[in-house]
Amino acid sequence: MPKRLYKNFLIFLLSGLTSLSAKDPETLESKNGSDLKSEIKAYILHHLEDSYYFNLMSYTDNISDKKVYVGIPLPVIIWDNGLRVFSSAKLNHGKSVAQSGDNYYKLYHGKIYKTEADGTINYDESHHPVNVKPLDFSITKNVVSILFTALIMLLLFKGLADSYKKNGMIAQGVGRFFEPLVLYVRDEIAIPNIGQKHYKRFMSYLLTLFFFIWFLNLLGLTPLGINVTGNIAITFALALLTFIITNFSGKKTYWKHIFWMPGVPIPMKIILAPIELLGVVIKPFSLMIRLYANISAGHIVLMSLISLMFIFRNWLGSSLSFALAFSISIIEILVALLQAYIFTVLSALYFGFAVEEHNDHDDH
Amino acid sequence: MEIPAIVGGGLVVIGVGIGIGSIGKGAMEAIGRQPDATGKIQTVMLIAAALVEGIGFAALFAL
Repeated sequence: MPKRLYKNFLIFLLSGLTSLSAKDPETLESKNGSDLKSEIKAYILHHLEDSYYFNLMSYTDNISDKKVYVGIPLPVIIWDNGLRVFSSAKLNHGKSVAQSGDNYYKLYHGKIYKTEADGTINYDESHHPVNVKPLDFSITKNVVSILFTALIMLLLFKGLADSYKKNGMIAQGVGRFFEPLVLYVRDEIAIPNIGQKHYKRFMSYLLTLFFFIWFLNLLGLTPLGINVTGNIAITFALALLTFIITNFSGKKTYWKHIFWMPGVPIPMKIILAPIELLGVVIKPFSLMIRLYANISAGHIVLMSLISLMFIFRNWLGSSLSFALAFSISIIEILVALLQAYIFTVLSALYFGFAVEEHNDHDDH
Repeated sequence: MEIPAIVGGGLVVIGVGIGIGSIGKGAMEAIGRQPDATGKIQTVMLIAAALVEGIGFAALFAL
């Protein structure tokens, strides 16, 4: 019996391999061969960027040969000698010129430029547009996702706080799931790193940070195609907050350790001061890069593996890439939690450095 | 002959792989010796792994 099973398995393997050549050549070569690969590449790069539309899917209609987008257009808000608000459906994915009052705007490579009525974009010699870029406050896809996450967090944690009031310090419903996490952030992240004396001031920020990053990472794994924490502007803002809080809560010891490191000879103090000063900026910078790189790398890997199914188009290759994509998805769920945890721990560590006091051993 | 930049990327990944691998090895050995300190060791291990990984990503994005 095992021999027969083995034979069947071999036949299954071979049929998978041969079906590549058995497929009708018309679909593979004429239209989709290398074209498919560049389309996938463009699609992945497009996914990583912010957008004026909440796109769920897009496809090329076979009859009219036009690209069809399924999704919700979002409001465009720009400041250009006065506030101008219009729907991003007017921009028509860069294909038409949007008119607002007597001004005209066009989408070019994901950015809005002011143009004349005919919508021409002028370039300088290095092929950069020279048109005016108006100040942009649009509700983009990322902004919608952030607002959505903020709403979820508000409802969840308001419910948790209210249930304490009602039931005498006992959490109810979904709060029972989040209570241990909140306690974990307090007991395992804040108190050991910041210290019993000062941790309470930073708890609200650390909790917000942890759940905000975690929820956004998890939202990025849903088929909605959201990529918020994989956007360097968002991680920059988060790291900037940590930077500001660290330096504004910095006590005497913190600054002394930066500019005049105690306990080392004077020539070393002079060498160490600029290095330590650089470290003040590098610490939040590494926070920014770590979150951004981890999440966008995860998205690229996941989307590439899913795309492999459409490149192979046979039983063997597609099922293998499906299995790989599935297991990477599970790892990404872990990474989503891990990155939120790392960001919070390191922020707490930096706050700990800032509020540390060395009254008892000054010679250190 | 010019060496393509992706070779550097490969070298970075090798380095980061060795680094994170040895962090994991160290943590496992430490847990084997001191099973009571598992929680603390895991925390420190994750922080160290994240720092190594951050360097790797910085180099990869510079490609």
